[in-house]
Amino acid sequence: MTDYQNIFTRVQLKAPVHAGVSDVIDTQGERIGTPGFEYWLGKIGNAQLGPIYLGWTGVLSIVFGLVAIEIIGLNMWASVNWDPVEFVRQLPWLALEPPPPAYGLSFPPLNEGGWWLMAGFFLTASIILWWVRTYQRAVALGMGTHVAWAFAAAIWLYLVLGFIRPIMMGSWGEAVPFGIFPHLDWTAAFSIRYGNLFYNPFHCLSIVFLYGSTLLFAMHGATILAVSRFGGDREIEQIVDRGTASERAALFWRWTMGFNASMESIHRWAWWFAVLCPLTGGIGILLTGTAVDNWYLWAVKHDVAPAYPEVLPPVVDPALNTQ
Amino acid sequence: MRLGIILIGVTVTVLLTIASFLTAGWVAPPIDVSQSGYRGTGMAQFMNPDELHSLVRANEIPEAPYPLDAVDMAGPRASEVYENVQVLGDISVDQFDRLMIAMTEWVSPEEGCNYCHAVESLASDDIYTKVVSRRMIEMVRHINTGWSDHVAETGVTCYTCHRGNPVPEEIWFTEGEPNGARGMAGNKAGQNSPAESVGLTSLPYDPLTALLRDKENIRVASTEALPADNRRSIKQTELTYGLMVHMSEALGVNCTHCHNSRSFYDWAQSPPQRATAWHGIQMSRKLNVDYLEPLQGEFPPHRLGELGDVAKVNCATCHQGANKPLNGQSMVQDFPSLIGPTITTGQLKNTYYQHRAALGGTPTLKSPETPGE
Repeated sequence: MTDYQNIFTRVQLKAPVHAGVSDVIDTQGERIGTPGFEYWLGKIGNAQLGPIYLGWTGVLSIVFGLVAIEIIGLNMWASVNWDPVEFVRQLPWLALEPPPPAYGLSFPPLNEGGWWLMAGFFLTASIILWWVRTYQRAVALGMGTHVAWAFAAAIWLYLVLGFIRPIMMGSWGEAVPFGIFPHLDWTAAFSIRYGNLFYNPFHCLSIVFLYGSTLLFAMHGATILAVSRFGGDREIEQIVDRGTASERAALFWRWTMGFNASMESIHRWAWWFAVLCPLTGGIGILLTGTAVDNWYLWAVKHDVAPAYPEVLPPVVDPALNTQ
Repeated sequence: MRLGIILIGVTVTVLLTIASFLTAGWVAPPIDVSQSGYRGTGMAQFMNPDELHSLVRANEIPEAPYPLDAVDMAGPRASEVYENVQVLGDISVDQFDRLMIAMTEWVSPEEGCNYCHAVESLASDDIYTKVVSRRMIEMVRHINTGWSDHVAETGVTCYTCHRGNPVPEEIWFTEGEPNGARGMAGNKAGQNSPAESVGLTSLPYDPLTALLRDKENIRVASTEALPADNRRSIKQTELTYGLMVHMSEALGVNCTHCHNSRSFYDWAQSPPQRATAWHGIQMSRKLNVDYLEPLQGEFPPHRLGELGDVAKVNCATCHQGANKPLNGQSMVQDFPSLIGPTITTGQLKNTYYQHRAALGGTPTLKSPETPGE
């Protein structure tokens, strides 16, 4: 028979709905919706759904976000001549493309990238309003604003790709299309145009933090799950009141790799790795085409890219012979 | 309720799994890898041995009708015996007849001689296919004499493209705009269709008109580390990328057949095949503009594309999945008349114009553009 041992249990508790911290209700107004319980949500988190507080930032964010998705989706649908079957079939290929480079930074006709600019405006407004919301909700709860700043790091990369770098390059055509495969093909073409992004040191850093984040997440998640039988699931309490779970987790890592993070510092490791991934990536994108035009040659110039022995017969550009 | 959700989830998962196996163009193992560059640089070619076998089977070449000996080469010239022999008039009648038999086998094995020749008079130019094939013989001679940088000594014959079909299977037309792009929304900007021309990617679906007919710039990467005067855009890069995917598909090779992928633009690190391919691009442009487009007026409408343009060549027209057409087997050595005298393109054009003028038609030759990079 299953019994309740710790907060990671698979047994779902049924308790009266939790309305939230009372002084927040007083200062920020009532939340909306009648709270309820959903069994399937309980499988992956808290089974209680609602009440929700949207506020004017939340409402506007959702409205602007819907407008952006409408513009993108309707353009995709129009591009298959309003055929619903083709829309579903070709969806991964469809996109809303930025203006052709000839338009520079001007506002082009709607069907020549104007829709893209509008979708970008509404999507950006939606994202920034949602950021304001995460900041305000954190302050209202008396929390730190760590979540908002982590979100801001992702917004930085998004803005570099679609707004800041295109402006620095003088062309909206440099920006990313809204589409599933098209944005991936854009990424590959971006690397080809600028001489292989793998030689961009900020791209390297970004990959380090991306892979590092997954590694840290796996190490931390595994460690806490492994010691939850000793109360390790109450990890925040263990920061100030170290118990046997914390001791064992620390000892495990010291035994296996000589060093261990603390219950407190592992969360700073995770936060910084996650935040530095888009932060360094954004710097790498921003420098591409503005400060460096061919990353491979840049790497050769700075002794980063090695020269390999020639094993094939030498080839000369045939265009040089015929001109 | 819960069971229903589980059932829906399982069904969707199974369907998506089946769909991904059926649609993604997988190549089943085993995959043979052959290293083609310095170790550790990822220079390698991948091939499933079963596909290699089917490629060999698909590229078996037909026998020549009979061996050509010195006696066949002597004797009266074709122009002395037959009327209206404009291109092959200087070869012997025996050689001429032998070539005609072979051409029938290569191009119209089911339709026979009358696919090109009028029943009442073999000399007649009444059937458009005869006028077209005359120009195609000139084209084959031009390729074999002028493009040894691409076709080497292997050369080409009619069979290289036709493979027993009156119209070669691998031809292309300029793509029209899709329906949805004509209103005030839904502009695909020439891309984002699962197009076979670019290997089902979302890259520009017609890179060929700009790059294999017109001489738009293919080179996009900078040759200097820091920004100078290279204004090539990502969209131009996608066009180049589309052409490269076409070449990869047409030849059945990876990028690394011609490029060191760490620096695609750099000739010094590229395998020699890249130079061969470069000449192939120049050759395709030449053939499309000088040999195929001028024939537009000859073809009946059902042989033309959606925009009324003539069928054109790309890499797949000859290669058809093999990195050397017909796996490098040479047929032209058995047909020296297809190598022919070295004739400059200018002369060929003149021959063509005189012929057209005699027929009273107006040739629509695209004016040669300034050579691109």
